[in-house]
Formats: sequence, C-alpha cells, structure tokens
Amino acid sequence: MDSLISIWNTVPEALQTLIVILLKIVAIVLPLILAVAYTTYAERKIIGYMQVRLGPNRVGPKGWLQPIADTVKLMFKEIILPEKANRFTFYLAPVIALAPALVAWAVVPFSSGLWLADINVGLLFILAITSLDVFGIILAGWASNSKYAILSAMRAGAQVVSYEIAMGFALVGVLMAAGSLNLREIVEAQAGGLSHWFAWPLFGLMLVYFISGVAETNRAPFDVAEGESEIVAGFHVEYSGMAFALFFLGEYANMLLISAVASILFLGGWLSPFESLHALTQLPYIGLLFDNGIHWFFLKVAFFIFLYLWFRATFPRYRYDQIMRLGWKILIPVTLVYIFAEGVAIYLGWKPWLS
Amino acid sequence: MGIEQIIFYLFSGILLVAAVSVVTVRNPVYAALFLILAFFSSSAIWIMLEAEFLGVTLILVYVGAVMVLFLFVIMMLDINIDIMREGFIRYLPVGLVIAVIVAVEMIYVLTADSLNIVMPAAKAADYSNTKELGGVLYTDYVYPFEIAAVILVVAIIAAIVLTHRKRLPNVKSQKPSQQVRVKRDDRVRLVKMEAESKPNASTRGGQ
Repeated sequence: MDSLISIWNTVPEALQTLIVILLKIVAIVLPLILAVAYTTYAERKIIGYMQVRLGPNRVGPKGWLQPIADTVKLMFKEIILPEKANRFTFYLAPVIALAPALVAWAVVPFSSGLWLADINVGLLFILAITSLDVFGIILAGWASNSKYAILSAMRAGAQVVSYEIAMGFALVGVLMAAGSLNLREIVEAQAGGLSHWFAWPLFGLMLVYFISGVAETNRAPFDVAEGESEIVAGFHVEYSGMAFALFFLGEYANMLLISAVASILFLGGWLSPFESLHALTQLPYIGLLFDNGIHWFFLKVAFFIFLYLWFRATFPRYRYDQIMRLGWKILIPVTLVYIFAEGVAIYLGWKPWLS
Repeated sequence: MGIEQIIFYLFSGILLVAAVSVVTVRNPVYAALFLILAFFSSSAIWIMLEAEFLGVTLILVYVGAVMVLFLFVIMMLDINIDIMREGFIRYLPVGLVIAVIVAVEMIYVLTADSLNIVMPAAKAADYSNTKELGGVLYTDYVYPFEIAAVILVVAIIAAIVLTHRKRLPNVKSQKPSQQVRVKRDDRVRLVKMEAESKPNASTRGGQ
C-alpha cells in the first residue's frame, strides 16, 4: 500500500487530477449503463405484471440475465447501412443521441459530497445538454434517406422544441424558490424533512416538468416519433444492431436523467423525509437508513422510473396535434400563471418554502 | 504552457477550423453541423473566461433551439449544391477584401493603446457569474432590458399574426378541445333488446 502511495505521489499534479476525474467518470457511467440495462428488464417485468403475464423469465434465475443476453445479441448483429444513406451522418446520429444523455450526469449530485462537478449553472447546464438529444433523432431521420424516418424526425423535432419551453418554465419556478441554479444548493434549500420539499408549493410545476420530461424523452404516451402503427418505427427504422442499441441506451439514460433531476428539484434529492425526526435518525445502525443518504436518491429515481413504466402500460398514444396542443396551449400558460403566483408568494414570504 | 492554455488553444483551433468549414463544405447539412461545433467551442472559451452563464445560454439558445430549426429547414429543402456554389469564385475577391478589412480593423482595435486593459485577476471558485449578471441587468440596465423584452414580445406576436391567416370557408379541421371533452354518452348508445324466446341450439357452444 505504501509503495502504491509513493508511486502515486511521483505522478505530476495535473495528471493526478485528470486520473481522478477519469475514475469518477467511470464510476458514474458504468453503473449508469448497468442501470439502463436493468431498467429495460424492470420495464418488461412491471408492464408484464400490469398486463397479468410473467414478463421475461427464461434467461437466468427469474430472467435476471435477460438484459445481458439482449446486449450480447445486439452486439453480434450486423449494422446495415442503407444504400442511399448518408454514411457519415448515419453513424454519427446514434453517438449524438447517446452522448448528451451521459454528459448531463456530470453535474448530478448523488449525495452530499458525491458528484463529478459542482457548477454554478448546473440546472441550466442540464437543460442545455438535454436539448441536444434531438439532434440525434433529426440526423438519424435525415441520414436514413427514408420517408418514415424523416417524418419521425420532423415530429420529434417539433415536439422536443415545444416541450423544452414548458420544461424551462417549470425550472424557472424551482430556481425562484431555491434562489440558485446550483443543483447542490437547490437540494440544500429543501432541507428539514418531508414538508420542506419543493413538491408541495410547486406541485403543479412538478407535474408540468414530468409531463414535459416524458414528452422530451419520446416515451409513451407521447411516443409519436416512433409510432409503429403509422411510421413503422420512426427515426430508427433503418438502424440495426449496436447502432440501434445506442438510441435505445440514450432513451433510457435520458429517462433516468429526467427522473434524477425531478427528484433533485422537487423531492429533495438525497434528503431523507425523516430528516427532522431525530428519534429515528439517532437509532443505532438502522438510524443510518432513516438519515440522509444516496439510498433516498435512488429510491426517488426509482419512483419516477416506475411512473414512466406505469404511464406506458396505462395510456394510449396521444394524437400528434393533441400533443402540440397540450404543450403550447395548456402546459405553457399553466407555468406562466404559476410563476406569477409564485412571485407573489415569495413577495409575501410564504414559509417555509418561499421566503 | 499551463493546462489552461492548452485547453484554450485546443478550443480556439477547433473553433477556427469549424468556422472555416461552415463556409467551405459542400453539403449544407454538414455546414450546419460545423456551425454547431463552432458554437460549442466558443461556449467553451466563454466558460474559460468565467462567463459560465453566457456560455451555457449560448448552447441552450443557439444549439438547442435555433440550430434545430435551421437543420429542419435545410433537410426539408432539397438544395441543389451546384447552383448554390456557382458564384463562389466570382465573389471570392470581394469577400477576401472584406475579410482583410475586418481583420485589419480588429487588429488595430485590439492593439490600440486606449484598449490596453490589464487582464483582470481570476475570481474565486464560488464567484457566480449568473448572480452578477442578474444584479446588473435588474438594477443599472433595467430599462434597456425591459425594452428588449417588449421588442421580443412584439416580434413573437407579429410572427403569430403573419402566419395565422384566415383559412378558406368550408375547410374542415379538427377541434381538439371539443374532442377531448367528449363523453361516453355522446358516442355510445346502448339498446335494450328482448331476449329471444327460443335460443338457437347451434350458437350455444360448450357449457
């Protein structure tokens, strides 16, 4: 051990920082990819039970190895390049679809002290990076040189750009309540137990944020960009093998990201609901469970992910014009009124949240 | 050369290459993609100048919204590249002259004595560019800021009015607000029928 430390000390300082950052990135991305794989398993299992069937149950005990088998299958499949496709853009699109979904995790605070970067404009950074996802879809639609793909790209582009506005307004509400764009400070502003979370004063904005989040990630019931009954599979109709898998990974990583951000903004991130009950947090051993910690963050993310899957099993697909109507004529006016009301509440000093 | 300088030259180099490529590449979609790359690099340089709010906003507004619409339009139009490039050589001398004039002006301004500003010291890590900007915008520059906001609103309303033309009569369109409010009773009518006295044996399978 001592020899290892002495070797480490001989490394120049700039390189040390670089190595530490790289290790942190690996420590975030690897579990993230694993979480994505098992989100697909959870999705199939949960929707299976909701529809009174078993879901995947053949590979490994209770089907636990199903995602691994799927990955192996996708990796060995051939990637077919359509003859008249634009080669460079065709291969670039899935990379652009996945990369922002991973990059945005750089500013997500997992627990107190557990993050890659603690930047002043964390909230804005997440909004900016997630707005890049649409390029993957648009480029894939155009590069495939297929009418279904380009139709889907048009739908997805219009949908994502419209819902970004409602999402941005929902974030403005949180920013006003917390007085900061820094995600860590937003969580700390909600300290003090269940009743201090922003979910209560900003409940409407939480609904708007999550609905916009579902639309942003092109998930059911807003999955018209895929719409298999109308445009076969939308923008990824020409993709196969790993190129398709990257889109898939990106979609699920984005779902996890939207869930993580929603739990940070509205449900207090890593804060425990029992934080102020010292009788519970002071208990030996199990007190740790009731205290703040990363497990609460994971629990909240899992809750939002479950909502995603629940929506998918419950709602029929929205018609395209109704999606646009919901975004522009309902969600945006609602957020505008909400922000105004919130401004009044802050002016009046509405304790304990808006003071 | 510190690591900061290496990063600065890296992003500046990418920015220059991308900016030149926007003009020179043949495919307009590639040109738009290079423009996105240029925005990214300049945003990175702004962030290095401790203007993180402006840097991230650049990506949010230009890359996330404007370039999406740009790409959209370019992909919808089937642009004939050859016709687009016909004038390139003809206008090249004019363009070069303008480029040289702009470059000379910039060099003159940047090397002028009156602009010989000492590089300000780096701010502490907890310095918030966002707070500073907000403070200045809503106090010293509140009127210009609000006038800009009003102009934007006027532009938005004008754009909506221009596109919201009156449609021809007798054009049928869907009214989602009415469709959403539809109740079961509007569409389904249950009819009560007398049970037939002698059920046909052949239709009663099983049991």
